[in-house]
Amino acid sequence: MHPGIIFFLVILGSVLFHIFTPWYWTDVASNWGGMDDTITLTFWIGGGVFIAVCLFMVYCVFKFSYKEERRAEYKPEDKKLEKILTWATTIGVVALLAPGLVIWNNYVNVPKNAIEVDVMAWQWGWQYRLPGKDGKLGTTQVVNINENNPFGINSDDPYGKDDVMIQSDVLNLENNKPVKILLRSVDVLHNWYVPQFRAKMDAVPGIVTYYWFEPNKVGEYEVLCVEYCGVGHYAMRGGVIVQNDQDYKNWLEQQETFSDLIAKQQNTEFDKKKLAKKIN
Amino acid sequence: MSEEFNDNKTVHAQSSETISGGGSGAAPDMDYVRPAEVPEQDLYHGHSFITKWIFCQDAKVIGVQYFLLATFTGIIGLILSWLMRLQLGFPGAAGFMTAEHYYQFVTMHGMIMVVYFLTALFLGGFGNYLIPLMVGARDMVFPYLNMVSFWMFFIAVLVLLSSFFVPGGPTGAGWTLYPPQTILEGTPGSGAGILLMCLSLILFVAGFTMGGLNYLITILQARTRGMTLMRMPLTVWGIFTATVLAMLAFPALLVGALMMSLDKVLGTSFFMPTILKAGEVLEYGGGSPILFQHLFWFFGHPEVYIVALPAFGIVSDLISVHSRKNIFGYRMMVWAIVGIGGLSFFVWAHHMYVSGMNPWFGFFFATTTLIIAVPTAMKVYNWILTLWKGNIRMNTVMLWCLGFIVTFVNGGITGIFLGNVSVDVPLSDTYFVIAHFHMVMGIAPLMVIMGAVYHWFPLVAGKFLDEKLGKWHFWLTFLGAYSIYFPMHYLGFIGVPRRYFEMYDSPYMTSAVGMNEFISTAAFIVGAAQFILIYNIIRTLKIGKPSGHNPWKACSLEWLTPTVPPEHGNWGDRLPVVHRWAYDYSVPGAKEDFIVQTTAPSEVANTDVEKT
Repeated sequence: MHPGIIFFLVILGSVLFHIFTPWYWTDVASNWGGMDDTITLTFWIGGGVFIAVCLFMVYCVFKFSYKEERRAEYKPEDKKLEKILTWATTIGVVALLAPGLVIWNNYVNVPKNAIEVDVMAWQWGWQYRLPGKDGKLGTTQVVNINENNPFGINSDDPYGKDDVMIQSDVLNLENNKPVKILLRSVDVLHNWYVPQFRAKMDAVPGIVTYYWFEPNKVGEYEVLCVEYCGVGHYAMRGGVIVQNDQDYKNWLEQQETFSDLIAKQQNTEFDKKKLAKKIN
Repeated sequence: MSEEFNDNKTVHAQSSETISGGGSGAAPDMDYVRPAEVPEQDLYHGHSFITKWIFCQDAKVIGVQYFLLATFTGIIGLILSWLMRLQLGFPGAAGFMTAEHYYQFVTMHGMIMVVYFLTALFLGGFGNYLIPLMVGARDMVFPYLNMVSFWMFFIAVLVLLSSFFVPGGPTGAGWTLYPPQTILEGTPGSGAGILLMCLSLILFVAGFTMGGLNYLITILQARTRGMTLMRMPLTVWGIFTATVLAMLAFPALLVGALMMSLDKVLGTSFFMPTILKAGEVLEYGGGSPILFQHLFWFFGHPEVYIVALPAFGIVSDLISVHSRKNIFGYRMMVWAIVGIGGLSFFVWAHHMYVSGMNPWFGFFFATTTLIIAVPTAMKVYNWILTLWKGNIRMNTVMLWCLGFIVTFVNGGITGIFLGNVSVDVPLSDTYFVIAHFHMVMGIAPLMVIMGAVYHWFPLVAGKFLDEKLGKWHFWLTFLGAYSIYFPMHYLGFIGVPRRYFEMYDSPYMTSAVGMNEFISTAAFIVGAAQFILIYNIIRTLKIGKPSGHNPWKACSLEWLTPTVPPEHGNWGDRLPVVHRWAYDYSVPGAKEDFIVQTTAPSEVANTDVEKT
C-alpha cells in the first residue's frame, strides 16, 4: 500500500473523530460561553489549516514519488508566494487573537455589582466566606488563623464582624448574579475550578487572586483543584450549588457570622469560668 | 598570537593555490574563495583506549557518547511513562503504585525527557557530531572543554538517578518544581529528592555551557573557506540558534534551582510566603511563589525552542535531500529560525495565564505568542512546498519527515488554542495541555530524531539500517503515538485535570475510562516499538549492507570526508573549500541531480545554477 493512503486515512480519521466524538464539553453553566465560541472558531480556522497542509502533503507524496528519469523542479525561492502566505497567515492569526483578547478583557474587568466570595484553600480542602450586610469582606492574615478564627480575620477590622462563614466545602451561589471569587491559600498553590463554569485561577499563598463569572444554570457542580498541590491533589474536591434567589436567601440566613462565632466562644468560656467557680 | 599568524605557512599555501587553480582549468576568478584568516587547529590524538573512546576529545565520539547516554535516560523516562499509563488506564493493576510513586514518576519522566533526553540528544548528540563536519572544521574549537562537557552531563545524570535511592525518593513536585509545595511535606521527595534534582540541573547547566560555547564559537569562527553563514545547512542554523537560546535561558533555571535550594537548606524565603502547615506557622515569610514561575518559564519556554529549532533545521535538510530538491525559501527559513528564537524570550508567561500574576500581562503575552505562529507557519509551508514538484524517495527517512509534519502541524495548532489567553482559561491544567505539548515537543521532535538516525547512520557506521524494520518502527510509532495524543485532547475538553492520580468518580468523567484504557494500551505498544530500532542498530552493525561514500547523494559537507566513517580530524590532509550552498539539487543542465558544496563554479559552468 502507498504510504500516502495511510496518511490520508489518518487525516480523515481525525476529522471523523472530531465530528462524532462522544467526549466533548460539558454544557456551559456560566456567562463564559464566549470561550466555547472562540474554541469553535479556532477549530474551524486551525482545523482548516491542518487539513489543507496535510492534504497538500499527501497529494505531493502521490504525485511526485521518485522516478529515476524525472528531475525535480529547481526553484530556490518564490518571493511573491511567500509574501501571500505570510499575509494570509497574519490575517488568520489576527482573526483568532481579536475575539480572544475581547473575552480576556471581560475576564479581567469584574462587574461592579459582583458579590465577593473569599475562597480559602489548604492541603487539602476549601472553605468559603461571604461578606455580611455591609457588603465588604474583612481583611485577613495567615498568622491569625486558629480554631476560633478559621479564616484569620483581623479582629480590629469592623468589616469582618458580620462576615458569613460557611461551615462546609460546598458553596451556594445565586443564579444569574455575578460572583467575584477571591482566592487565597495558606500553604501551597491550588486552583478552584468548576469545568461547567469554564473559568479558573490559581490560589497563591501570600497574595489574593481573583476571577469572576455569572452562573446561569441552577444545579449542583463539583469543584476540582487543578493546580498540583501534593499527594492529596487528586482528591481535593468541593462543591457548588447554584440556586434561585429565594432558595439562596433561605440558605444564607442559616449561616453563621464571625460575631456569632465570637459570641458563642465567649459564652463557652464564660460557662467554663462559672463551672470552675462552682467546683472551687 | 601575532607571530603564529605571520609564520603560518599553511595559510599562505592554501590561498595561493586557490587563486591560481582549483577548477578544471577554466576561469580562475570565478572560483576564487577568500583565504583562511586563522591557522589550522592542532588536535590532540588519543592513542590508548581510554583517550580514544572514554575521555575522548573528538567531537564525533563525544556526540555518540551524548547520544547513547541521552538514549539511556530516555529509556528510563519511557519506562516511567509506562508505569504512569498503567495507573491511569488500569488503576490498581500495579499493586505497589501509591500516589507518592505516581507523582514521582510524573516528575522524573517530564524532567528526563525534556532536559536529559531531548536537549542532550539534539545539542550534545547531533550538535557535536554534525557541526564540525557540516561547517568543514576538523573538530570543535575547544576539544578538551567539550570532553569535560560530556562528563559533567554524565555526573548530572548520575546525581539525578541517585535520587531514586535516597530516603523519601526522587522529588514528586511535577517537572515544573513549583514552590512552595516542592520543598514542603505533603510532596514526595521534599527532602533529599529535590536537592539532588536542583544539584543535577545545576551540573547539567554548567556542563551544557561548556558544550554550548563550543558549538557557537565553532560555527562562528571555525567554518572552512567559502562556508559563509548563508551557505550553512539549516541543521547548523537550527542548532546554532538553539544554543544561543540555551545560553540565555539556562541561567534562569540555574538561579531558580539555586534559590530554591537555599530556601530549603538555609531557610531563606525567596519563593516562600507566610505558610500555615498542620496548624503551625512556618518560619518563612515575604517570598513570592510566582517569582519562581517567572524564572522557570523564562527558561522553560525557550527550552521548547531549544528542542524544536534543531528539529526544524534537521527536518529541512532531510526533506530536501530525499525530495531531490532545494529547501524552498532558504533565506526565509533562516530568518524564521532566528525570528522564532528571538521571539521565544517574550512569550514565557503564556504558561502562567491563570497563575495569579497580574492578569493584564495576558494581553501582551497572548499577542507575542500568536505572532510566533506566523514564522512557524512559514516554515511549515516551506517544508510542504519543498515536496511540491520534487522527486520524493519514499524511504524510511522521508516517512519520519512526513510524520513530523502531521504531528507538528497538529500540535502547533493546538498551541494556538492555548496561546490565545481566554481560550487557555478552560483548557489550562487539563489533558488538552498534556496532549498539546507531547504532540508538538515530544512526538514531533522524536520523529525528526528517528529520521536523522536513519539518515546519518550510514555516515556514523558506514552501513545502512534495515529499511523493512525501519518501516515497521515508523508506522507503529507514528500511528500509535497519534492515537495516544489525538484523542487525549478531548479528555481536556471534558475537563479532566492533569496530575490526577485517579479521577473517575465524577459523573461527567466516567466516559474517560474507556479512552484511558485505549491510550494506555497504545502507549505500551509505542514504547515497545522503540526497541525495534535498538535491534535494527545491533543487527546492522553485525550484518548490515555497507553504504559507501555519500549514499543519499547529498550536497552537504558531512558526506564528503575522505573516509567513511570520518576519522579524527575529519578531512585528511586538506580542508574542503566551499563554493555554494548545501541545496543544489536537480539543477537544470547538471549531469547528476546534485552538485556538492565543494564543486567549483567553473566545473558546472554550463548549468542554470543560481548564485548563493
